[in-house]
Amino acid sequence: MSTAGIIFSNIHDNNIPELTRNRTMASVPFGCRYRLIDFALSNMVNSNISNISVITHYNYQSLMDHIGSGKDWDLARRSGGIKILPPFIRTTTNTANQLYTTRLEALKSVNPAISKITDDYVVLSDCDVICNIDLNDMINYHKASGADITMAVKKVNLTKEQANINVLVDSDENGVITDVQAYPTNFEGEADINLNIMVMSRHYLQEIVVDSIAHNYTSLTKDIILRGITRKSYRTYRYDGYFACIGSPLDYYSSSMELIKDKNVRNQLFGVKDRPVYTKVRNSAPTYYSPDAKVKNSLIADGCEIFGEVENSILFRGTKIGKGTKVKNSILFQDTYTGENVVLNCVIADKNVVIRDNKMLSGDETLPFYLAKGKMI
Amino acid sequence: MFKKKECVAMLLAGGQGSRLYALTEKTAKPAVTFGGKYRIIDFPMSNCVNSGIYTVGVLTQYQPLVLNEYIGNGQPWDLDRMNGGVMVLPPYQGKNGADWYKGTANAIYQNLDFIKRYDPEYVLILSGDHIYKMDYNAMLQAHKKSGADCTIAVLEVPLSEASRFGIMVTDETDRITEFQEKPKNPTSTKASMGIYIFNAKVLEKYLIDDENTPGSSNDFGKNIIPNMLGDGMKMFTFPFDGYWKDVGTISSLWEANMELLGENPAFNVHDKKWRIFSRNYAAPPHFVGDDASVVDSVVSEGCEIYGTVEHSVLSGNVIIEKGAVVKDSVIMSGTVIKAGAKVTYSIIDGNSIISENATVGEDKATAKGIAVVGSGLCVEPNTVIDSEAMINSADFDGVTSIEK
Repeated sequence: MSTAGIIFSNIHDNNIPELTRNRTMASVPFGCRYRLIDFALSNMVNSNISNISVITHYNYQSLMDHIGSGKDWDLARRSGGIKILPPFIRTTTNTANQLYTTRLEALKSVNPAISKITDDYVVLSDCDVICNIDLNDMINYHKASGADITMAVKKVNLTKEQANINVLVDSDENGVITDVQAYPTNFEGEADINLNIMVMSRHYLQEIVVDSIAHNYTSLTKDIILRGITRKSYRTYRYDGYFACIGSPLDYYSSSMELIKDKNVRNQLFGVKDRPVYTKVRNSAPTYYSPDAKVKNSLIADGCEIFGEVENSILFRGTKIGKGTKVKNSILFQDTYTGENVVLNCVIADKNVVIRDNKMLSGDETLPFYLAKGKMI
Repeated sequence: MFKKKECVAMLLAGGQGSRLYALTEKTAKPAVTFGGKYRIIDFPMSNCVNSGIYTVGVLTQYQPLVLNEYIGNGQPWDLDRMNGGVMVLPPYQGKNGADWYKGTANAIYQNLDFIKRYDPEYVLILSGDHIYKMDYNAMLQAHKKSGADCTIAVLEVPLSEASRFGIMVTDETDRITEFQEKPKNPTSTKASMGIYIFNAKVLEKYLIDDENTPGSSNDFGKNIIPNMLGDGMKMFTFPFDGYWKDVGTISSLWEANMELLGENPAFNVHDKKWRIFSRNYAAPPHFVGDDASVVDSVVSEGCEIYGTVEHSVLSGNVIIEKGAVVKDSVIMSGTVIKAGAKVTYSIIDGNSIISENATVGEDKATAKGIAVVGSGLCVEPNTVIDSEAMINSADFDGVTSIEK
């Protein structure tokens, strides 16, 4: 029994427009040295899935640069490995140049590739699933239950705002899905949310894609799940580990900060035995702390040089913190350079930002100050 | 089919490193950890790649498991190639019997077939024992320009230390006129770095002659170089003035690690134009806790620091618990320093545990020497390990072996 993987790389781009202006959601940097897609990819690779297609849409240069040949995930393979599926537009059709906006439309657009899959099962995953899940267990559960689709869910306590950006899944005591509510506006309380990771057989996937093309269906939730809920067997798979997805810029900030606030979060993401999170190798030197460095409660990647003070912050690879500089509650992406006596508080600095001497910048925990890629201050 | 290569590098990596013995129980010296995330062999390998030499034979002999596994298919150094790339060359059984590598020259002699497949003009001989960044291509260009049969890289050393090295005496054109192996009264300060470029045909002839000479020690420094010089071959030196360190002893290994520290370190590995490549183990970023203090140190990925780290080098996945103090030390990957433990002026090899309130080493000012704890050992709570101790097994008081 073999399993193929499909990852949607542009899903939810609009949730964090600042960070996805020049990149896909999949290649948004997260957690010092990762891109969001690393979690979905590593989950698959750690569950022996080695035939993975990444469906892209637009802005996917940074994603291609990140993935390269796929060798950093052990996916540079002669058979299988990783494939990027850019939009498939025939010159004779689609004259309006319309691109898909939903998962089902994405699948329809790559139907030629899907029809060629020969693996028995397929795992479909969004790119912004920050978790370390054992997909083998989920696939085995799917096989044993004989379901047509198995969706991963997690029980969480939702505020009204959070419910509004999630898909809620109701199921009976046997895990059979009874109702699905997409983005309800007036829900509050405990519910199972859809983690956007699902398993189905190759045949069923090929069937729903062909069927959707014939019927011009556009939504996996509304047109497939809800229409088939009484006729087909759709089930939930409950996952209890740490899970985050990025619903808004503030979500991005608070999910990042959770990594430093809670040791459990780090352990559940990075500390699972035999399930490391892989990413592109950069060959940076280890991080250097100067005699004047003062670092507290921070997560730091390789390749940094720290001459100042860092507190409650996340430093990506190659960040330089100058003398007398104080960085607090901030997230500094790859190769951020701060001069001397800079003060930063609640700042998200995108790649290659340069902050010159004596500058002072502050956002707030409820509204972090965002500096675009390559900005110089 | 093998494409012709201009230059093939042969990296001698069979050394035992007996003077590092607690660190080389199960590891060949070139695979000893250095500078946090590196192994010694990363430096010559990265130098090759950065110099445009993509055909490298690595000659292994002593405890090759870790080293072979580390080199693998050469992917971390971009040496997984269709033509050339890295190739591990262990001693083998031939038609007329099997032989260990008897000396540096014999090791190359036994692998002449490997070299000849690529029909190179030049052969670069390297050793896997040194820490340095060097452009071998510049040396190759100098070798071609001078029309030499052999070019030897040399380093200026103080006259007082010259007697520890192979010393080259040269004329004003850098042509070698005399070679003195560890001379009592050196007359030059140009020390051989053990880096040679030979014209392939000349090397082949001298290796075969040497092999047929009974009683030869089959060594480059002792036999090949003096023989060539005696025959009046054209031999030149190539001056090198960068950082170069032989890390053959515990104290030089410690020193080299410490030379990575400082605002302008003696040896800079942050240079993006001359990256040092190494195998990556997908460790998460390192975490520095609330009560931690990390100063004047190098920290690698996967570490968790809740205690105090001062003037030290930490490899990946090292855990420093709350209240633990690490000073003037080198801690290799996966080692745990438990709460209240104190490690001073020491080298602790990988996957060991220094238990609660144990003390390893002494303050540098008063210590007799560097304390060393080998890999996979547990120093029990409250144990005191003296300075200059070499703990390489569980036979010592208060030391147990960690069951795998």
